[in-house]
Amino acid sequence: MLNIENIDVNYGAIRALVQVSLEVNEGEIVALIGANGAGKSTTLRSISGLVKPQSGKIIFEGKEIHNFPPHKVVEIGISQVPEGRRVFPLMTVLENLELGAFSRKDRAGIKEDINNIFLRFPRLEERKQQPAGTLSGGEQQMLAIGRALMSRPKLLLMDEPSMGLAPMLVQEIFNIVKEINQTGTTILLVEQNARMALSIANRAYVLETGSLAMSGSAKELAENEEVQKAYLGH
Amino acid sequence: MAFLDGLLPAYYESIIITVGIYIILALGLNLITGVTGQLSLGHAAYMCIGAYTSAIVSMKLGLPFIVALLCAGIVAAIFGIFIGFPVLRLTGDYLAICTLGFGEILKSILFNMPYVGGAMGMAGIPPKTTLLNTIIIALIVIIVMVRMERSRFGRSLVAIREDEIAAECMGINAFRYKLQMFAIGTFTAGLGGALWAHKIMVLQPRDFGFMKSIEILNMVVLGGLGSIPGTILGATLLTAIPEILRFSSEYRMVIYGALLVIMMIFRPHGLMGNTDFNKLAKRTFRVFNTNNNKDKKSGMEG
Repeated sequence: MLNIENIDVNYGAIRALVQVSLEVNEGEIVALIGANGAGKSTTLRSISGLVKPQSGKIIFEGKEIHNFPPHKVVEIGISQVPEGRRVFPLMTVLENLELGAFSRKDRAGIKEDINNIFLRFPRLEERKQQPAGTLSGGEQQMLAIGRALMSRPKLLLMDEPSMGLAPMLVQEIFNIVKEINQTGTTILLVEQNARMALSIANRAYVLETGSLAMSGSAKELAENEEVQKAYLGH
Repeated sequence: MAFLDGLLPAYYESIIITVGIYIILALGLNLITGVTGQLSLGHAAYMCIGAYTSAIVSMKLGLPFIVALLCAGIVAAIFGIFIGFPVLRLTGDYLAICTLGFGEILKSILFNMPYVGGAMGMAGIPPKTTLLNTIIIALIVIIVMVRMERSRFGRSLVAIREDEIAAECMGINAFRYKLQMFAIGTFTAGLGGALWAHKIMVLQPRDFGFMKSIEILNMVVLGGLGSIPGTILGATLLTAIPEILRFSSEYRMVIYGALLVIMMIFRPHGLMGNTDFNKLAKRTFRVFNTNNNKDKKSGMEG
């Protein structure tokens, strides 16, 4: 479904990604783990068009998309839960969700999807007329996920959904990620919480200072000694 | 067309026309800075382009006022797009400095353009601005702004203000929308400038300096960034207050300044921050309703 072939991304003189290649197949949850500054978010940002790779290719369903601007990437079926949630703070919960469906025109379908999101996140329905900035961190994360789902993406990119959340909520968010995947959305998940990410992912890639260090099935990686030492704290 | 003429003493008529012109100018800036959050310190420059364009069209080409008005808006919008194209890629302070710079450049160019009279300016512009046409244009601008605010376009602009990256992740082409918005905002400034030119009848480049831009920005900030009724209120107050304070002659601007400071301390979000016509209507209706209920209750008690 998604193929990244040898992309390089530089921020000025800093080389953020060096020859990174990865692949996401339809129906999978793929986790991208690594330390701070390893290039996880940069990888996601280059898929969603927020940064342009200097070289290499990004191919989605047979189309080269590495030169697409962000709004076009949304139109072809990739949507993103950005790092730090980035909900629109002064808009209500409902308005946030409606903006998530910006690329769509079918009003009936949009209404139906909003209802589905309220079924999945009843807390959001209770607060639908409240400005998003007044929600708690966990609720904002739910809103960011719901908003990203509103464009009916084939591929959902999630950047650190557990960041800054209480442990109990982290578990809840990961359960939600799994549920979303079971309803047919492919997921590429960037996480610092490697243990959690590996527990729900099918496959995973490990990034170290801008290049790929390891890849394999989530189970293999979770049992790998180096991974355990570096990321799982054994 | 002239039935409003002579209805009011000339002094009040002149003030109301000025208020109308400032409402038009401030609503354009409100779209740029209030709704979309792009700080522009050069709004007077587009007003200036509109004023000079309309003066040229009606004086030198001898065309009717309506043509002059439209040309003023269109030329101002063309300059808006031309400047906006490089500048709207910037954000915050950088954008503010660039728009400020453009205003100053424009002023120097006009100073050195004999065709429009250089520093002497243009005189003898026909007095075509009347109470009636000012009110009509102001109303049209208000209606267009209110409708736009509720449209898909307007909501995208608010999303861009709140978080541009998130807006792009929703599929909003932020740059294109900002450019369109800037063209509309500068078009409005051009209209305001044209009305201004045909009211004052004399144009000088120094009338359109940095202070004029700040004056318009003041109206938007005082009324409440992003609020259309607020902007209208701000434009009205800031035009009327210096007139009301005329009795205090040289202390006038001191009092005016002090009022602005006090205002910002007590209402940092402006007089009507976050209020649109919808909320305003709802609030009025609620007051009306509760009054009615009270009447009913007291009626029952009686």
